[in-house]
Amino acid sequence: MNEHAPALVVMLPIIGAVLIMLIRHNNLNWSIALLSGISTIYYSIILYLNARSLGTISYAMGGWEPPVGIEYRIDEFNSLLIALIAIVSFLILIYAKSSLNIELKKNKISTFYSMYLLCLGGLIGILSTGDAFNAFVFLEISSLATYVIISMGNDRRGLLAAYQYLIIGTIGATLYVIGVGLIFIITGSLNLYDISIKLGDIELYRPLLASLAFITVGIALKIALFPLHAWLPNAYAFAPSVGTAFLASTATKVAIYLLIKYLYLVYGFDLVYSNQIFIFVILSLSIIAMFGASMIAIFQSNLKKLFAYSSVAQIGYITLGIGIANYNGLIGSTVHIINHSIIKAAIFLAIGCLVFSSKIVNIDQLAGLGKRMPMVALCITVSSLSLIGVPGTVGFISKWYLVLGSLEQGWWVVVFALAVSSILALIYVGRIIELIWFHAPVVGMDSENKIPFEMLAVTVLMTIATIYFGIDTRLTGDLAKIAVENVLLGEQL
Amino acid sequence: MSSAIYNFISSYNYYIIIFLMVSGLFIVVSRGNMVKKLVGLALFQTSVYILYISPGKILNGTAPILDDGYSVYSSPFPHVLILTAIVVGIATLALGLSLVIRVNEEFGTIEEDELFDNELNNE
Amino acid sequence: MRLDLLLRISSKIFLPFIILFAFYVQFHGDFGPGGGFQAGVIFAAGIILYTIIFGIKKAQKDFPEKIFNYMVPLGVLIFTVTGLISLSKGLNFLDYDALAHYPKHGQHIGIIAIELGVFVTVIGSMVSIFYAFVTRGKK
Repeated sequence: MNEHAPALVVMLPIIGAVLIMLIRHNNLNWSIALLSGISTIYYSIILYLNARSLGTISYAMGGWEPPVGIEYRIDEFNSLLIALIAIVSFLILIYAKSSLNIELKKNKISTFYSMYLLCLGGLIGILSTGDAFNAFVFLEISSLATYVIISMGNDRRGLLAAYQYLIIGTIGATLYVIGVGLIFIITGSLNLYDISIKLGDIELYRPLLASLAFITVGIALKIALFPLHAWLPNAYAFAPSVGTAFLASTATKVAIYLLIKYLYLVYGFDLVYSNQIFIFVILSLSIIAMFGASMIAIFQSNLKKLFAYSSVAQIGYITLGIGIANYNGLIGSTVHIINHSIIKAAIFLAIGCLVFSSKIVNIDQLAGLGKRMPMVALCITVSSLSLIGVPGTVGFISKWYLVLGSLEQGWWVVVFALAVSSILALIYVGRIIELIWFHAPVVGMDSENKIPFEMLAVTVLMTIATIYFGIDTRLTGDLAKIAVENVLLGEQL
Repeated sequence: MSSAIYNFISSYNYYIIIFLMVSGLFIVVSRGNMVKKLVGLALFQTSVYILYISPGKILNGTAPILDDGYSVYSSPFPHVLILTAIVVGIATLALGLSLVIRVNEEFGTIEEDELFDNELNNE
Repeated sequence: MRLDLLLRISSKIFLPFIILFAFYVQFHGDFGPGGGFQAGVIFAAGIILYTIIFGIKKAQKDFPEKIFNYMVPLGVLIFTVTGLISLSKGLNFLDYDALAHYPKHGQHIGIIAIELGVFVTVIGSMVSIFYAFVTRGKK
């Protein structure tokens, strides 16, 4: 079965989703979800090992050879992300059971698991497919599931957030598909690899540029790149905690991968980066995101919203690396995709623990948390510190590579921006840490529920990961290096 | 002059597409009513369907069914893609409308200005 | 309810033909124009016509909502199981050649099976959406 892993990693979560919808049994749905999650991890790791040993794997869906049929193209880069997403989402699934019992109505739980797995399948599909239109379909599968997840929470404002995201997300996906349509009209092909070859000898420069613009803007809406981020804070703030952790650690990262894939593998480095305006736009938007979103985050009172804005800022770091576009910059981006996924999962899972035990949603309710719930407080502290990029945490590693990359280009302004935005992050994180450790507990804020073991365990595990991968970069940094060397810069080196 | 007219006529489908695209997007941006926004969104998506299907038509080509009498066929490929896109559009519209119904039940209004000012932004 | 005699009689006459046409489109999907999606929509249109003429209460008694809710994932399951059968025969996912001794027969069977999955899902989702919108607000 191992040679069919490209199809299985996509289908296993979807089969799990379907079975949960069919059975709708309150005790079984969690076990089915875990089962399909762990089998997805198994095949994603096999996929990664195969990609490492055999090079790029091309899997013809339905036996129709590319470029006619739909091709699943697995390389060292996307299989790394598939494995990451499979593992993170499985850990969140372990955590989900107790948290959902508190945050969701009983009759919605099986639908939630189903949507969760459907979204996971869609995201893995986006990563693994080598077909432009197929990527659109998976984008919509995962987005539709996301809208449902956001609207499910007990907070009725989740409905508005979901509606807002639905409008913006659909516009984004439609812009993407317009761009794909233009490419299709120019080249007559939808296979990304085939397109990348055919684009080499295309003389029509303007339609090509238009398609690049449509695709970039469409995906940027999904990434929540700075001026297009309006949906993200509300969506993260009002979704159930499990949903927030899942979306924050997976959905935007996958969209970023799609953008990288188009810029580097489809249009190609030379075409994109010969266009000065494009680099300028990406770089300046990333820097504005790092500043602007951090500034907004400082003034937030809702805990989830604060970290949602911080997500927008962190996405700025990732796109900054894409804009820097040299070896170290790209490694910075890739490592930060992995690291930010771990950090944000840790933070939002810790916040989920707070919601579970004492319904904490606002920052001032955090006062004295260090005395009441030392474990969770420690997790929040450590993972927020890695957001800033304190040495010894994962955030430091990614910022290190980004600084190296911009120094190589001689862009001192960017280095300066990185430093200042870290200070801004220090302000909002410092406020939280001060409240947690140096303030007296608010009277009458005793915890109602004892946090179950598995919730705490997953949160602590994620937090330990933020430190572990900050000290030992063999797993994240080196694999990212291999991915960037072999896939993105394959031709240059 | 005549070449301008020729250009216009030979690519009139693109003008229709652009008109639909822009008007759909304009409705989404300018209207505050949640249902009207979804109507605009549907119009926006419709423009994409035409964008895909209209280049697939080949002049003098017949329907893509094998027959000895014909050698020129229109491309069936865009239709297949757009069938998928239409299904996606239906799903989005249905989900959007059901969200609007739920919003109406919870808040008693579907005017975005009131909702977003009162609920999402005043914290 | 009594006054729309003409509508009720004529829809009763039309209904079997609508359903039959849906099956025609479904089972000719591998040769001619048609397929599961169109067939499913036609079938669902038949049920929606029935609901409009005879009222939601009678429709929900004759075609319970629960069936349609289960049809949605069931169709996807048929689709994936077809793919998994190809896998178990050692061919790629959804490679219909695996479904019979001769590849051509396999393609026929495969398309019918896939379209059946689409058919079931489309009926289920169309009628579920319709029921969900119609019954809303009456509870």
